[in-house]
Amino acid sequence: MPDAPVALEIRDLHKSYGSLEVLKGISLQARDGDVISILGSSGSGKSTFLRCINLLESPSSGTITVAGESLKLKKNKDNELEAADQKQLERMRSEIGFVFQNFNLWPHRTVLENIIEAPIHVLKRTKDEAIARAEGLLKKVGLFDKRHNYPSQLSGGQQQRIAIARTLAMDPQVLLFDEPTSALDPELVNEVLAVMRDLAAEGRTMLIVTHEMRFARDVSSQIVFLHQGQVEEIGSPDKVFGNPDSDRCREFLSSHL
Amino acid sequence: MNWDWTVIWQNLPKLMDGALLTLELVFFSGLIGVLLAIPLALLRVSGNIWVRALPYAYIFFFRGTPLLIQIFLVYYGASQFEWVKESSLWPILREPYWCAVITFGLHTAAYIAELLRGAIQSIPRGEIEAAKALGMSYPKMLRRITLPRAFGIMMPSYGNEVILMLKGSALASTITLLDLTGMARTVIARTYTPLEIFLAAGVMYLMISALIIFIFRLLERYFNRHQHWPNEKPKGLDSQLLSKD
Repeated sequence: MPDAPVALEIRDLHKSYGSLEVLKGISLQARDGDVISILGSSGSGKSTFLRCINLLESPSSGTITVAGESLKLKKNKDNELEAADQKQLERMRSEIGFVFQNFNLWPHRTVLENIIEAPIHVLKRTKDEAIARAEGLLKKVGLFDKRHNYPSQLSGGQQQRIAIARTLAMDPQVLLFDEPTSALDPELVNEVLAVMRDLAAEGRTMLIVTHEMRFARDVSSQIVFLHQGQVEEIGSPDKVFGNPDSDRCREFLSSHL
Repeated sequence: MNWDWTVIWQNLPKLMDGALLTLELVFFSGLIGVLLAIPLALLRVSGNIWVRALPYAYIFFFRGTPLLIQIFLVYYGASQFEWVKESSLWPILREPYWCAVITFGLHTAAYIAELLRGAIQSIPRGEIEAAKALGMSYPKMLRRITLPRAFGIMMPSYGNEVILMLKGSALASTITLLDLTGMARTVIARTYTPLEIFLAAGVMYLMISALIIFIFRLLERYFNRHQHWPNEKPKGLDSQLLSKD
């Protein structure tokens, strides 16, 4: 979507753990409707990059802009960036959906309670409104009949679909997926990917860290290949999968396809 | 040995009064304890070493000294200071009842704070991250996610702590309070039937323990209802929803 407004812009993001620099200046721009898959071998910094975007990890430097609004950052005493304005961070986090590898549903809440929690207590929606929307989302991910169950009674694939519904309930501008299928049994991967495919087809803006190469090739508008904390290759799926410039990227893809 | 069972029946109302006072002491100290334990535990899990130091010192003192010394310090110690006697707190601090409630509360808070700290730290980090990622503020996260989850985790050991406190409350009798133990000793001084009366008091302690165990089983079921489903349907919200099925 070359002309669409910019939904998310990351500039020159650095992150160090002590003397170990895991992100060495990553810049990335996602326009509305873009689906960007981030690939790379383990340790390349792809999850860290995603977690820095909503400050689950503190970056060392860089800027983060969501729908034109820059996240206000300041240095703390450990020389890492933290939110200068906690209220702004909370609001921006509510606009950035994050789906975790391990689902991270709250086990003491039913499926429905998991989904309506943040809409009621962060977005201040009424309970009836939140429930109505949650039920719609549950139908969308095909789990309406599980709404009164607790997460531990569901399979991994079902839990991940609930986690996606919980994220969607906030009407996020951007969705970040951190290896959403890596914790699943192989036969459960497809049900989650199917939901994500639907979201991509709806025109949602998504950043996906994944090892599902076929999926990435099918749904992405752009592929980013990270290597040792740097963008090694970036381009359309056809370009990156068909004829990458980087030998490392070529090597990685040939060993993963 | 001649057993004199009638002495138990004759003094049962007195022993009941004592049991009631014991229950009161345990209830109020448990309440003060848990209210005090929440901020203590939250400070205790802070990333800042100086913030952690304060609850650590508190817990170290109250866990490391005998409850009897603590109760004597408050009851006999407070009156040694002129400014305490002149302060508005004196009407409270001169009452043995309040001295016992305060001391027990402070004492049990130290133990509960450690239980709560352990519970908070054993919540999987991802559950907290999920709350953050959805834009929840720290107080909201505490109220909605962290504390309910931590209470569920610590509930069995908290029940244990309350039972320890029940038995510890017998020390209230050393500062003239007529709790169950104090009352038993008073009755014995008059009737000289230590075996019967102590036996009766012991049985009453057992019954109070059973009551506490029962209450904590209910609390445990409430906070960990996800582990008891489907016998326990979710409360509140779902009564309205279940009717739609």
